[in-house]
Amino acid sequence: MSTLSIDDVSMRFDLGNGEHVQALKNVTLELKTGELMSVLGPSGCGKTTLLNIVAGFLAPTEGKLSLNGVPITEPGAERGMVFQQGALFDWMSVRDNVAFGPKMGGQSPAEYAETVDHLLDVVGLQDFKQKAVYELSGGMQQRVSLARCLANKPDVILMDEPLGALDALTREKMQSLVLKLWKETGRTIILITHSVEEALLLGERLLVMAPRPGRIHKEYQLPFADLGVGADLREIKKHPDFNTTREEILSMIWDMEEEIMGRSEGASS
Amino acid sequence: MIVLIIYITVFAIAFFAVRFIANRLIERHDFTSLKTVTFGDESAVTPNRWASILSVLTIFLLWGAFTNSNWTPLHVPGPFVGDTKFTYVMEAPNGSRDDATVYVRVSPAGEPKSKIETELGDGFAKNDSVSVSAWRSVLVAMDKNDEFKRKQGAKVVEVNGSPISPGHRVQVDDGEIVMTSKGTLNFIPNKGLQMEPIWLPPPENVVDRVVEIAQEGYQNFTLLEHLGWSLLRVIVGFVLGAVVGIPLGYAMGLSDWFRGWFDPIVEFMRPVPPLALIPLVIIWAGIGETGKIILLFLASLWIMTIAARAGVSGVKITKVHAAYSLGASKWQIMRYVIAPNSLPEIFTGARVAMGVCWGTVVAAELVAAEKGAGMMIMVASRFQLTDIVIMGIILIGAIGYAIDILMRKSEDYLVPWKGKG
Repeated sequence: MSTLSIDDVSMRFDLGNGEHVQALKNVTLELKTGELMSVLGPSGCGKTTLLNIVAGFLAPTEGKLSLNGVPITEPGAERGMVFQQGALFDWMSVRDNVAFGPKMGGQSPAEYAETVDHLLDVVGLQDFKQKAVYELSGGMQQRVSLARCLANKPDVILMDEPLGALDALTREKMQSLVLKLWKETGRTIILITHSVEEALLLGERLLVMAPRPGRIHKEYQLPFADLGVGADLREIKKHPDFNTTREEILSMIWDMEEEIMGRSEGASS
Repeated sequence: MIVLIIYITVFAIAFFAVRFIANRLIERHDFTSLKTVTFGDESAVTPNRWASILSVLTIFLLWGAFTNSNWTPLHVPGPFVGDTKFTYVMEAPNGSRDDATVYVRVSPAGEPKSKIETELGDGFAKNDSVSVSAWRSVLVAMDKNDEFKRKQGAKVVEVNGSPISPGHRVQVDDGEIVMTSKGTLNFIPNKGLQMEPIWLPPPENVVDRVVEIAQEGYQNFTLLEHLGWSLLRVIVGFVLGAVVGIPLGYAMGLSDWFRGWFDPIVEFMRPVPPLALIPLVIIWAGIGETGKIILLFLASLWIMTIAARAGVSGVKITKVHAAYSLGASKWQIMRYVIAPNSLPEIFTGARVAMGVCWGTVVAAELVAAEKGAGMMIMVASRFQLTDIVIMGIILIGAIGYAIDILMRKSEDYLVPWKGKG
C-alpha cells in the first residue's frame, strides 16, 4: 500500500534571543494513494511548514516521515510541488518548463515529447508552448506549473496556495482543472489554501489546523470533491451541507483568530 | 559666461519653436499623447528626438561660432585684424607738449607680422609703427625715435585726447592702451569673443587631424592602432576579470565559507578606485601591457564578483525549491536555474565594468604608455596640439558610448526575461 505517513512530527526552532517558536506539535497523518486533502487554518498555524517538511525542504525536530516506506530526508522527484507564483523558469519557453522534470531525470527529448505534449493539451496550452512564461497571464502560468509538476509523474503533489493569486473567475476554472487532473491521474494531493470554499470544494479530506503551537484541530471527510469532478462547481456550492460545513469552519477559524488577538493583547498589557 | 547665456537662450528658443511647430503640424493620438498627467508620470517621459538632434547641433554650432569655423554660418566677433592707429601727447621736461601717431598692424594669428611704413612727422615727438599678432599685445617704445626720451623726464600724458598715467588704461579704436609703471604704452588689440585655436581649434581642424593621423599616424602608431590597443587592453582585462569574478561571485552566493572568506576582501577592494592602484601596479609590473591588464583585471574583478553574487542571491527560493522537487541535482540547479537567473545581474555588472575599464585604461595610458588613446592625447597636450586632444576626447567618448550601446543591445537579445520574472 503506497502511503504518505507523517508520524508525530514536531517543529521547534530557536529565535536566537532565548525564545523559540513551536511551529508544529505532534502532527500525525496518513494519506493513501489518490487522496486529495486540503489544509486550512489561520496564518501562523504551520501549514506551510508542514508542506515544506513533506517536500523535504525542512527537517522536523521530532518525528518521522515516509513515502511508501521510504523515509523523507530531502527533496525528491516523487514529491512534486506547485507554488503560488513566481516558481516558473522565466528563461525557458512554456514547453521547456513542462519538460524540465523529465529532462533533469535524464530522459531524451524523444522520450518525454509525448508526455509533455499530452500535458500541454490537458491544460490547454498547446498553442502557447513556444511562448516565454512571462508573456502568459497568471492563470495560464499556474496551468504551466501544474503541467510541469505532472510531467514528472510524482506520487504526491504538494500545492502551496496554487490559486491564491488568481481572480475569482480564473480561480473557479482552475479548481475544476485541479479536480479533473486529480481524477485522471490518481495522484495523492495535499492542497494548502486560505479559502474555505476552495478547501471544501477540492478536499476529499479537509484538515483544519490551529496555531500556537501548530497542530491538527479537526478533520472532515467531504463528498464535494467527488461530486465536483466534471460538474458545475457553482451548483455544488448551493448544496445545504456545503453551506453548513462552511459556516462551521468559518466560525472555527474566526474563533482561533480572536483567540490569537486576545492572547497577544493580553501579552502586551 | 556668454557661452552659457547663448546656450540657455538657444535651449529656450528651440523648446518653444519645436513645441509650436509640432503642435501645429502633427496631430498625435497615441496613448501617451492623450495622457493629461505627464508631469510626474515617468512612463510618459520619453526623450524628445528633436531635442536630441538640436542639442548636438547647438553644441556643434557654438563650437564653430566661437572658433571662426568655415563650417558654420554664424560667428561671434573675432579678434581685431588689420591696421589701426592712435595718437599720444608727449610732455617734454621743459613742459612743452607735442603729439604723434602710432600706426599698428594686427596680423592674423600664426601669420608673419609686418609694419606699416610711416613718416616721422613734425615736432619732437615722432610717429611710430608697430606690429602685433591677434590675441597678443605689444609694448610701444614710443620715445625711441622721439627727441626727448623717458630717461630725460619726458612722459606721455594723453592718448587719443584722454589723460593717462601709469597703471591706467584708455580705450582706443580696435583695442586698448595700458600704461606700464615705467611709462611705456602697451597696446592690446580687441580680442573679440572667439577662442584662440590653441585653446579650442575649429571643428574642421579636428577633422583634418583625424584624417591626417588615420593616414600617417602619431607617435609611431596609427589612429586605429592607438584606439585598438586601448580596446584590446580593456577586453583582455575585462574578460580575465569576468572569468575569475563570476565563479568567485557564484561561490560567494552559494557557500557561507566562501562568502565569509572573501567578503572582507571584496568589500574592501570595491570602494578603492582603480585609478588609485595605478602607482602600485606600475611599481609591481611596470608600464608595459602586463601592468595595464592587471589594473583592468582588478577594476572589473570586484564589479563582476559582486554582480554574480547579487545574481545568485536574487534567485527566488521558490524557483530553487521547484527545481529540487522536479528532481534536479545540485549541478543541474546551477546550470539550469542559478546561472540563467543571475544573467541579468551579470550583464548589468558587465556594463558597469566595461565603462569603468574604459575609463581606467585611458587614465592608465595618460600616466605612462607607448601607445593608446590616453597616451595620444597626453603627448599631444604636452605639445599644445589641442586639435589632437579634442579629437582624442571625442573618439574616447564615442567608443565608450558604443560599448555601452553594444552591451545593452546584447542584453536585450540574450536576457529578454530581465525584470519580468
